Amino acid sequence: MSIILDKVSYVYSEGTAYESWALKNVSLKIEDGQFIGIIGHTGSGKSTLIQHLNGLLKASSGGIYFNGRDIYEEDYDLRELRTKVGLVFQYPEHQLFETTIFDDVCFGPMNQGLSKNEAGLRAFEALRSVGLPESLYYQSPFDLSGGQKRRVAIAGVLAMKPEVLILDEPTAGLDPKGRDEILDLVSNMHREREMAVLLVSHSMEDVANYVQRIIVMNDGSVMYDGTPGEVFLHYKELEAVGLAAPQVTYLMHELKEQGLPVDCGVTTVEEARNSILKIFR
Amino acid sequence: MLRDITLGQYYPADSVLHKLDPRVKLMGALVYIVSLFTFRDAVGFAAATVFLICIIRISKVPFSYMVKGLKAIVVLMIITALFNLFLTPGKQVLVTYGILTITMEGVKNAVFMLVRLIYLIVGTSIMTLTTTPNQLTDGLEKALMPLSKIRVPVHSIAMIMSIALRFIPILIEETDIIMKAQMARGADFESGNLIRRVKAMVPLLVPLFVSAFRRADDLAMAMEARCYVGGRGRTKMKPLRYQKEDYQAYLILAGYLGVMIAWRVFGARIWGLKLGA
Ligand SMILES: Nc1ncnc2c1ncn2[C@@H]1O[C@H](COP(=O)(O)OP(=O)(O)O)[C@@H](O)[C@H]1O
Ligand SMILES: [Mg+2]
Repeated sequence: MSIILDKVSYVYSEGTAYESWALKNVSLKIEDGQFIGIIGHTGSGKSTLIQHLNGLLKASSGGIYFNGRDIYEEDYDLRELRTKVGLVFQYPEHQLFETTIFDDVCFGPMNQGLSKNEAGLRAFEALRSVGLPESLYYQSPFDLSGGQKRRVAIAGVLAMKPEVLILDEPTAGLDPKGRDEILDLVSNMHREREMAVLLVSHSMEDVANYVQRIIVMNDGSVMYDGTPGEVFLHYKELEAVGLAAPQVTYLMHELKEQGLPVDCGVTTVEEARNSILKIFR
Repeated sequence: MLRDITLGQYYPADSVLHKLDPRVKLMGALVYIVSLFTFRDAVGFAAATVFLICIIRISKVPFSYMVKGLKAIVVLMIITALFNLFLTPGKQVLVTYGILTITMEGVKNAVFMLVRLIYLIVGTSIMTLTTTPNQLTDGLEKALMPLSKIRVPVHSIAMIMSIALRFIPILIEETDIIMKAQMARGADFESGNLIRRVKAMVPLLVPLFVSAFRRADDLAMAMEARCYVGGRGRTKMKPLRYQKEDYQAYLILAGYLGVMIAWRVFGARIWGLKLGA
């Protein structure tokens, strides 16, 4: 699996008074099994970018290639692409509509053309992997708590067995506990199912602990693209565009200025602790 | 996608027309519509045309935006023109084909009716293009205030209108997002026969209604939390006040309407005199 974006640009409301360039010449390569964080402040084009990856938006210019095939070809099956590139929208709980949770999760697999039995199996599996108690499966999705609804919605996409899972700000509006649960869930998914995961967020703290690669969006363009360590070295520039590096980055830079030979490239509390302890051993 | 539909279709620009009091523009649209039905001959028609062209120029809104409004009523225009063309009785018969007859009067009526319709749409769309929906409801509320004396709930009506207008773009955006989200789960809104298509709307409509009710609920709560109790004793943060330009605009409107009516009443006589001389 690979997705390649070649100089993708996108303009909203083209040719009207409200024309706005949401993406400018974005080129990216997303490989199999990677866990990627996409960060940028509100309005930087993150949501617009990910809606291109499954063909919901068509680039104003540029090309997109999934497994080496141009998705804008006449006879390319976009519906199939959408089952391979699973996209969980922001506030996905607002899209639930069925009378029972189970039926709602079946919606995706049924659209794939699977039989009722198969779809049911997929739904079962997906609901189990998001950790929803079995007693709830046949209840109305509208009676759940916010965090539970969101898990059901994520299960609805997982049930299609996508090769890539993209989540748009999955932690928005959740309390710290709910946030950690969702992030742990996503991280487990990546490890167990070995699928590529793209996690969109505007919080560095969220992604730093989990991802292998960070793409920083600013004003419709890719500003940085690298490992968390590499990206956070630019913490001053990140601040200038309204983003902040994780707390540990600031701490380590502070310590270094005070004369301690610590490693400024660490990104998690665990790594920071090890780096500091090493000096005093 | 759906966002490209413009409702209320305000076009931001920096023109005298944009800055006028909404009441003036409401009155202006009314005056213009009345004037369209006063003319009977080429001179009146020319005057209405010149007036319209001047207003379009002053508004600084691209002409293409006004034409957009016309597309929606093409069918209505054609039907109106056809009815006038075939059903106007008259002395000067041009063509007869079976039961259909076209008279000179019919042609004249059809052309004038078509022109009137086009001018009416263009004229009123200039008003909506240069005034935000909120200004418009403000203007309407103030202009209709005297009616509250006879127990017409003017304030409530204006509030309902402005909330409805405020929600249109939000609901359009919401529809767009839900549609995309269901398409990401393999939903298909575009193919299949009628029954399948109607069925395909369920995953769109249920969340849309849920969200509309949720928003309405939140808004009602937020308004109550801020002690909203209706229009009684309520003042405006930016009350509408006439400026010098507004009075000038009223004068121009009065002048225009006066000339149009005068031409209607006395025009034929002057026309006749000239012809006679
Ligand atoms: N449906 C839309 N119509 C017009 N402009 C839009 C639309 N969606 C987003 N935009 C604009 O595109 C830019 C990028 O938005 P978005 O991709 O939603 O950013 P993010 O997800 O990073 O907050 C913003 O300037 C936003 O105002
Ligand atoms: Mg977004």
